[in-house]
Amino acid sequence: MHVVLSSDCYDFTGGLKEVEVEADTVRRLITALEARFPGLGDFVNRRMAVAIDGEIHQDAWMSPIGPDSEIYLIPKIGGG
Amino acid sequence: MSDVLDKADVQSPLKIVGTRPIRPDGADKVTGRAAYGADLNMPGQLVGKVLRSPHAHGRIVSIDTRKARALPGVKAVVTGADFPDVASEMHEGGEAASNLRDLAMNVIAREKALYDGHAVAAVAAVSAAIADEALSLISVTYEVLPHVLDVEAAMAPDAPVLHASMFTEGQETRPTVASNIVKRNRMGRGDPAQAFAAADVVVEGRYTTQAVHQGYIEPHACVASWAEDGQCEVWSSSQGQFMVRTYCAKVLGLEVSSIRVTPAEIGGGFGGKTTVYLEPLALALSRQAGHPVKMVMTRDEVFRATGPTSGAVILVKLGAKADGTIVAADVELKFQAGAYAGSPVGAASMTALACYDIENFTITGWDVVTNTPKVAAYRAPGAPIAAFGVECAIDDLARKLGMDPIALREKNAVRNGVKAAYGPTFQNIGFLETLAAARNSDHYSAPLGPNQGRGVAAGFWFNVGGESTVALHVGEDGSVVVVTGNPDIGGSRATMAMMAAETLGVPMDRVRARVADTASIGFSMVTGGSRTTFATGMAVVQAAEKVVADLKRRAALTWDVAADKVEWRDGAAICLDPTKDPKPLTLGDIAANSAMTGGPISAQVSLNAQGAGPGFGVHVCDVEIDPETGHVTVLRYTAAQDVGKAIHPAYVEGQIQGGVAQGVGWALNEEYIFDRAGKMENAGFLDYRVPVASDLPMIDAIMVEVANPRHPFGAKGVGEVPIVPPLAAVANAVRGAIGVRMTDLPLSPPKIRAALDAKPG
Repeated sequence: MHVVLSSDCYDFTGGLKEVEVEADTVRRLITALEARFPGLGDFVNRRMAVAIDGEIHQDAWMSPIGPDSEIYLIPKIGGG
Repeated sequence: MSDVLDKADVQSPLKIVGTRPIRPDGADKVTGRAAYGADLNMPGQLVGKVLRSPHAHGRIVSIDTRKARALPGVKAVVTGADFPDVASEMHEGGEAASNLRDLAMNVIAREKALYDGHAVAAVAAVSAAIADEALSLISVTYEVLPHVLDVEAAMAPDAPVLHASMFTEGQETRPTVASNIVKRNRMGRGDPAQAFAAADVVVEGRYTTQAVHQGYIEPHACVASWAEDGQCEVWSSSQGQFMVRTYCAKVLGLEVSSIRVTPAEIGGGFGGKTTVYLEPLALALSRQAGHPVKMVMTRDEVFRATGPTSGAVILVKLGAKADGTIVAADVELKFQAGAYAGSPVGAASMTALACYDIENFTITGWDVVTNTPKVAAYRAPGAPIAAFGVECAIDDLARKLGMDPIALREKNAVRNGVKAAYGPTFQNIGFLETLAAARNSDHYSAPLGPNQGRGVAAGFWFNVGGESTVALHVGEDGSVVVVTGNPDIGGSRATMAMMAAETLGVPMDRVRARVADTASIGFSMVTGGSRTTFATGMAVVQAAEKVVADLKRRAALTWDVAADKVEWRDGAAICLDPTKDPKPLTLGDIAANSAMTGGPISAQVSLNAQGAGPGFGVHVCDVEIDPETGHVTVLRYTAAQDVGKAIHPAYVEGQIQGGVAQGVGWALNEEYIFDRAGKMENAGFLDYRVPVASDLPMIDAIMVEVANPRHPFGAKGVGEVPIVPPLAAVANAVRGAIGVRMTDLPLSPPKIRAALDAKPG
C-alpha cells in the first residue's frame, strides 16, 4: 500500500515523502517501516498518528488496514 | 437564542440524549459546597510557597537556603538539587507528548532560570507569613543573561540562546550552531509558484498575535502528603488525575502505584491544566517535612509561571481566479514556545488551511523558544492563531473579488471525499451545512448602522478519542453510579449520566456520575482534546450495554427461559417466551435479587477510542467602533458549529459561548505585556482584561448536527472549535467598520485610534 509521510519522518527516509509497504494492521505497518527505515517505526510508534481512509488512529496497533486503504502519517493530535 | 438543525441519523427515538436536564453539579457550585483545589485541608498541614526568578534569563550561580531553614516554623526547603536528573525523553503522559526533562526543569529550575517567574526554590512552613519570610531569606546569586521575548528576534542569528544543546530539526542539513529555533515543519501540495503566477487576484498579509493566558478563574492548587512508608497522596485541580500521577512519578523518580491522585472540582482549565507545576514541589516538601503540604498559586504566579499560549507571526498569501476559486496559498507560522520546546505550531500548520480545498499550497511552521513561560495547551492549540491570519486573508480576498464572504468560503469549502490540507480524505464532515446555517441566520442579513461592521470567519479542529475507563455499578435499589477517570470541566457528569440512562432505559435522575481517584478507576487520558463526550461516552455506553446483557441473563434465569427470549425495553426485561406471561422485571426488581442471580451488577470498560469526527465552526460578528476613543463594542455574535449530536444541548451552547468569549478577549483585549527587563507588567485581572458578561452580547449558538457514525449517539467533540474563528471574525468586523485592515492583536482602542488617524481623508 501507499503511505504518505509527514515531514517529521523525512530524516529517517532520506527525504522520501511517500513509500510502499505491505501491512494489514497499524502494528504491522510500524514493523514494516522500521525494517525498511531503521528508527522510523519507533518514531511513528511514539510520535505519529495513522490516518486510515480519512480516520485518525492514535496508539492503535490493532486498527485494520485494507489493501487499498489511504494511509497518511501525521503528527499525533493533542488538544486543550 | 439557539437552534438545532437536526441532520442526525442515529438511534431514535431518543428519550434523554438531546434533552436539557438540570446539571447535576449545579447545586454544589451555586451554593459554594463544591470542593475546589484549594478547599481541602489536612491535619498538620503546612503552607508551601515558591521563590521565583525575578530575571527573564539568568544563570543560577548559587542558592543559599541556610537562613530560611533556620527560621522557626520552617519545616522544609527544596531547590533543584533536591530533584532527580530526568532524562530527555518524550512521554505521552497527557494529551500530547511532553519532554520529561523540560517538564522537570519547568517545575523547578536547575542551572538557569529561563523566564521571569521560573521557580527556583520552595519552602513549607507552619504559616503563610513564615513561608513568605523564609522565601525572603533565600539568597540566590544570578548571572543575569541577555533575554529575548519576541519570536522573530529569537530566530535572529545573534539572539541570546536559551539552550546550548538546541539544534534546529527539520532542516535539509543539520545545523552546527545552536539556536532558539526548535524545529521547522513543512507541508505542501502542487506547484504554488506556478499557481500564484496564473492567479487573477492575490492577497497578502502579515499578522501578529501576543501570548494570551487561558484565564481560568481557579488558580492552580494542591495538597500533597508523602507518608513515612513512601505512599503519596495528592489532591489537586487538574484536567487529569492520571496525568498528575504520571508526571509526579517521572519528576520525582517514583512508581505510579505509589501515588494516588484525587481530582478536585475544577474551576476552569481550557488546556492549561494538562500539566503540573505545584504537585511535584508539594510532594518533595512533604517528604522533607513529614507533613502534608498545601500550595495555592496567587494570580500573579498563574500569569508569570503557568502556560499561556504562543505569541506568533503569521504570513499569508492567497491566489484566486476571478470566479473565486482559490488556486494557491502560502502560509508561514512563527510561534513562541516559551522557555522550552513545544509550541502548538504543528497543529496550527495542520489546521491553517483545513477548511479549504486548495490544489497548490505550502505551509511552513517554526517552533521557537523565548524567555517567556513555557506555553501550555489552550483550546484547539495553535488553530485560532493560524485561523486569524488565514481567515483575515480570505476576507480580504472576498472584498477584492467583490464576493460575499460566506459564498467565497462555500465555493472553496472542503466536503466529504476531499483531501484535507494535512493529508487524509474527509468523511462525514459538516462544513457546508455549517456555512449554510450561518448564511441563513437572521443575523447575517440584518442591517448595519453607522460605524458598524460585520465579520465572518471559519474554523476547524480535529477532535480526538483516546484511552478511557468507565465503571458502572447498579445499586440494590436499582439506582446507578457511573464512575469515570475524567475531571468534569465541561459538563461530562451530566452527559455521561444521560448516555448511561438512555442506554439502560431509566430516568436520568436514577443515574449519578462520579469522578474517581487514580486508585479507584482505570487509566483515563486527560479531559482535553474535546475527547471526553466522544471517548469516555463511548465507554459509558459499552458499559451500560454490558449491564443490560447481564440484566437480561439474570431475567432469563429468573423466568427459566433462554437468554434470547428476553428483551430489554424502557428499563425493564420483557419475556418473549409465549408459553410464559410474567410481569416485566425492572432494573430495580433485578437489582433487589442480585445476590441470587450471581452477585453485584456492574461492568467496567476500558478502551482506546478512534474515529473522533472533526468539527467546523462558522462565526458572524457585528461590532461598532467609537471613533472618538477607538473602543470596539461587540453588538451581536452568532456561532454555527457542526456538533455531531448535542447530547446535552445547553452544555454544547455553553461550550460554544465560552469559546467565543475567550476568542473575543484574545481579539480585543488580552496580551502579555513585558517591561524592558522581561518582567510581565500585567499579571493580574485588572491589567490583563478578559471579557466579562457586560462586555458581550448574548452569543447565539446554532448547533448543526451531522452525526459521527463512530459514536453511539453521533457525538463529535465541541469544546475547541468555537475558539478558532473569533479572532478573525472580530478583526474582519472591525475591518468592515473602519475600512482599515488591522493585523496586530489585540485590537485595543489605541491601535484603532492610530489606524483611524492614519486613514487617508
